[in-house]
Amino acid sequence: MVTYIWVFFVIVGSFFTIFTGNVEALNNEILKGGADGLKLLSEMLPLLVLWTGIMQVAEDSKILELFSNLVRPFLCKLFPSLPKNHPALGYIASNICANALGLGSAATPFGLKAMECLQEDNPCKDTATEAMITFLVLNTGGVTIVPTTVIALRLMHGSANPSEIIITSILATLCSNVSGLIYDYFKRRKKHG
Amino acid sequence: MANFLVPIFVLGIILYAFKQKVNIYESFLVGAKDGLVTTFKIAPAVIAMVFATNIFLNSHFLDFVFSYFTPFLEAVGIPNSILPMAMVRPISGTASLAIMSNIFELYGPDSFVGRLASNLQGCTDTTIYVLALYFSSIKVTKTKHALSAGLFADFVGIVAAFIITFLFFG
Repeated sequence: MVTYIWVFFVIVGSFFTIFTGNVEALNNEILKGGADGLKLLSEMLPLLVLWTGIMQVAEDSKILELFSNLVRPFLCKLFPSLPKNHPALGYIASNICANALGLGSAATPFGLKAMECLQEDNPCKDTATEAMITFLVLNTGGVTIVPTTVIALRLMHGSANPSEIIITSILATLCSNVSGLIYDYFKRRKKHG
Repeated sequence: MANFLVPIFVLGIILYAFKQKVNIYESFLVGAKDGLVTTFKIAPAVIAMVFATNIFLNSHFLDFVFSYFTPFLEAVGIPNSILPMAMVRPISGTASLAIMSNIFELYGPDSFVGRLASNLQGCTDTTIYVLALYFSSIKVTKTKHALSAGLFADFVGIVAAFIITFLFFG
């Protein structure tokens, strides 16, 4: 799947750039494309290292367990395929919370860790499990309660009320998430017959 | 208020761990090393995705596609920059932020379009990027209905953002 997206992006992008007579730009893009990726990585690296460090402390102090106990009843409904004490649940909960608070960059380490935990129990290593898909639907829906970046940008551009979009944002997010979960639910049910 | 959340979160964890007599520094180093390993594991996927997205977005293919919709959109009163933003949103957070910031500059954040853009940015995340990153970090290639579910949710979110902005601020 990722292969198709990647190939589609590269081919459509390249051909369109050539057709519009901008070969020079394409040339540039290909030669410097790697550097942009590296830049993103170098921005991610310290965050990932710091947050996985802090989360290890949280895990060892059992606070992660306490926290996931709180949201467990809710998460178990969403992830019926996971046992109640699955280690991934704590990371999933942390990921959702970080996302909800608009801390996208802090959410990524939790998300990656959750995927790693889910992969450990995956009988078929190259195929996504049901829990992985449900988690990604929740994650990509982006349950944002405080869209911090948007508010900061609005403030910067002189908005009279930068946070007035919070409620409308939450409503739109809810529509997106609920529909994603319903879609996922029916896909799963169809498979089980 | 949001400024306090991260410090409280971090302090809370460290204080609690201290109370539980966890060897905090050792724990931190173990986790941090994990993070370093993860970063190296996802590095090829990140570089590959950024490379492809850059070629695609900088080709202005989306602008070209949407230029056909411009007359129709202008008739309804929607500036043509909003649709590319909606399309770019699932692909790249930075790119859609750049378009949003541009919209703020041109129309102001308190205009209808400005509010619409704000809601679009908030309503979903970068589905394609997240899927690619998370799945390639654990080397899963058969992703079943993950992409269709994610894009379906995005689509509903984008439509909802339009409708909700009309209802609240229209």
